[in-house]
Amino acid sequence: MKTENSNFSGIDIPSDDVLTNCMHCGLCLPVCPTYAITGREKSSPRGRIRLIKSVAEGTLDITQGFVDEMNFCLDCQACETACPAGVKYGSLVESARNQIRVQRKDSEFTLMMKWIFLRNILSKKYLLNIVSKLLGIYQSSGLEAAFKNSLVVKKLTPKLFKLQLLSPRIDGRFFDEIYPEIVLPRNTPKYTVGFLSGCIMNVAFAHVHEDTIKVLLHHDCRVIIPKKQVCCGSLQAHNGDFDVARELAKKNIDAFLKHDLDAIVMDSAGCGALMKEYGHYLHGDPEYSEKAKQLSGKVKDLTEFLYEIGLKVPAKQFSHRVSYHDACHLIHAQKISKEPRDLIKSIPGIDFVELNEASWCCGSAGIYNVTHYEDSMKILDRKMNNVKETQAEYLVANNPGCLTQIEYGCSQQQVNMKIVHFSTLLRTVYEL
Amino acid sequence: MNRQISQNTLSTISLIVGKENLFTSKEDAISYSYDGTPLHSQLPEAIVRPTTKDQISELVKLANKEHFSIVPRGAGTGLSGGSIPVPNCIILDMSQWNKILEIDQENLTSWVEPGVITSQLHQEVEKIGLFYPPDPGSMNICTIGGNVAENSGGLRGLKYGVTKNYVMGLEVVLPNGEIISCGGKSVKDVAGYNLKDFFIGSEGTLGIFTKILLKLIPKPETSKTMLAYFNTQADAGRTVSAIISKKIIPCTIEFLDNTTIRCVEEFSHIGLPIDINSLLLLEVDGHSTVVEEEALKIVECCKQNNATEVKIAQTVEEAIKLKTARRSAFSALARTRPTTILEDITVPRSEIATMLEKIAAISKKYNVLIGTFGHAGDGNLHPTCLTDERDHDEISRAEKAYEEIFIEAVKLGGTITGEHGTGLAKKKFLHLVTGYTAIETMRTIKKALDPNNILNPGKVFDI
Repeated sequence: MKTENSNFSGIDIPSDDVLTNCMHCGLCLPVCPTYAITGREKSSPRGRIRLIKSVAEGTLDITQGFVDEMNFCLDCQACETACPAGVKYGSLVESARNQIRVQRKDSEFTLMMKWIFLRNILSKKYLLNIVSKLLGIYQSSGLEAAFKNSLVVKKLTPKLFKLQLLSPRIDGRFFDEIYPEIVLPRNTPKYTVGFLSGCIMNVAFAHVHEDTIKVLLHHDCRVIIPKKQVCCGSLQAHNGDFDVARELAKKNIDAFLKHDLDAIVMDSAGCGALMKEYGHYLHGDPEYSEKAKQLSGKVKDLTEFLYEIGLKVPAKQFSHRVSYHDACHLIHAQKISKEPRDLIKSIPGIDFVELNEASWCCGSAGIYNVTHYEDSMKILDRKMNNVKETQAEYLVANNPGCLTQIEYGCSQQQVNMKIVHFSTLLRTVYEL
Repeated sequence: MNRQISQNTLSTISLIVGKENLFTSKEDAISYSYDGTPLHSQLPEAIVRPTTKDQISELVKLANKEHFSIVPRGAGTGLSGGSIPVPNCIILDMSQWNKILEIDQENLTSWVEPGVITSQLHQEVEKIGLFYPPDPGSMNICTIGGNVAENSGGLRGLKYGVTKNYVMGLEVVLPNGEIISCGGKSVKDVAGYNLKDFFIGSEGTLGIFTKILLKLIPKPETSKTMLAYFNTQADAGRTVSAIISKKIIPCTIEFLDNTTIRCVEEFSHIGLPIDINSLLLLEVDGHSTVVEEEALKIVECCKQNNATEVKIAQTVEEAIKLKTARRSAFSALARTRPTTILEDITVPRSEIATMLEKIAAISKKYNVLIGTFGHAGDGNLHPTCLTDERDHDEISRAEKAYEEIFIEAVKLGGTITGEHGTGLAKKKFLHLVTGYTAIETMRTIKKALDPNNILNPGKVFDI
């Protein structure tokens, strides 16, 4: 490849080896949600790889069309699971997005969204806390109810009207306000595990975190929640903001490696996927390269961890119909799909029903449902059709984005199903 | 973009199909510049999605008048370059013609549009106890239109034959824009020339399919899938001949060499031993008592020919996993080296062992890494050269190796392509199999039907 003509520049560019590795056989097409929407090659993994390759060879500029396709991708990485050649597509599209950011080619709307959410609110804890408190007050004060029912608002700013319905419910108290740095189980601890409170999870899924802590304590874990930890950086990295992601990663490495941990247990698929990749993002960093690998080696999804140590048998039967949705960042990024299913099936009394197209993205994809609302809803519709078919009472999804998105789908379509994190299900099963 | 097709012509195309069905951006052109074939690409002038056969007819007439070419395309998974653009062409994207129009249970036929995905047809007909056997490796995305144009095969070819054995009728837009229908639901039909068969495997050079009538058969009651491991390729090859000579026709006998086994296992984690020399994946189907009996005989055959182990899949899921893993072989080989050049030679099945030996020797002679797998039962092998397109010296050695493999296959009474087609990739070797007079005859036919050479020109042979 003639790299001297490349329209990419700097260190974070899509890898030539990965680009060459794609043999454009097309086996990724049937699993790509955006190709399913448009049926056009440029919205498919192999099409996007070819576009990236063309920019790398200098035969295509970073055009608006190129930018649109890179941002249209959900980065769900279903294509990576489908690819027999093992092409690391996610790394290509994320590097391309990084190039788009560095070369300032994003549209104003995307740029604004990325700046507000990724550079500021999510990366800076004090800002996230302030914004969340305000959002919480708004949601609980009756103002939101008024807004939701306001036809004037719906008419004036239809986009904002729809988007606000998708915002996660802010918990009354944030997770890190409830728990101290070290939490001890009732029995003698068998394991010492680190726990990431995160950004969105901390303010909007404090209840899920609480369920996870209860489950970990029940399994005799001493849980350490380092005070100095920050957001994992996953939304930033997936949207191509490597600089911020690396900064956050370093802070977390310092915060977690201070403790002697058996594992770092994650209850958010997206965060887990990225923390397992810290080694990759900090590869070559003189100070952090080794530490990053060390930290990544300890990161385990909750289901992965429980599968290893063995799930405690519940005292009572749990006679309910339960189904499972694969979060993309669990099945595709972390290759975890057997563990959660086996764990759910092992709970006495559960009638497990497989969700058709369980590994198809729900359309949440980080901030995708904000930046690409219409497309995100088309993808959600497909998911909801399958969800309804299960006639389950509980649908387990282990990622905050999926929980919010599918819950939104249920409320829009009046589906009466509990969309829960596995921790929440377990807490109910164990009656903790 | 520097266009060869004038803005005026593009406007006319837009009037014919609607502007929402005409794509001219550079990003679109780039993403239709390839199919599944390595080392070939060309930018098209535009991508056009017609929605009716009359629109296709008008486009073809316009192409004759304005002198541009038309390259029909399904899902773009072809492996001989059949749907790769040619200079000054539009891509005719048929992938949205994806409706199954009719399943006729009394006549065991199905009318489909050409963009129907092969595995979707499988699923629909199997729901009602029927069966459409052709199952190319890319069946989860490739289209029936492409299958007919390339006369695709698959894993079940040994017992059930290939696509041409299941096409009963076609509706075709000819290179002059006229529309004809040939064949039909009658099992017997000898009225006139057999035009239908003439279009099958014509690789988009003689007509554009708009409707396809397929033959269905009853779904086999049950099946049994087996794996046999071998220490030498010769033993595996002899096993194939031994099974056939016992008058057993399994629906599948697939061969995988060690390189392929390693790559497939790395991708699919189904527990294949990576230290064995080669394996055969076998399947028998039909009535349960016959299946049991034949499976036993096959196990016996394998053991008599030094199989180190024979395993029988215990569940349907296990059998499907094995076959799915086999289907990934071609792409999985790209784990070793980024560029995989796959060939498609076929020899009479009695010559399988000999051909495998020849491939090994040629691989050594030219110092190129070749992984071989394929449909051993029907003599169709896919020796796949694992290389890197950035290494020009290695690519040139690979090309020489292939030329020699082709020559050897033809010497054994075989052919240069069993199921992928000639397209761009193999046209310079076509004469090895057909001879020059036959190519001249093909040219005469092409010229008679397509005097302006507008339909997929330069594929199969040059005019």
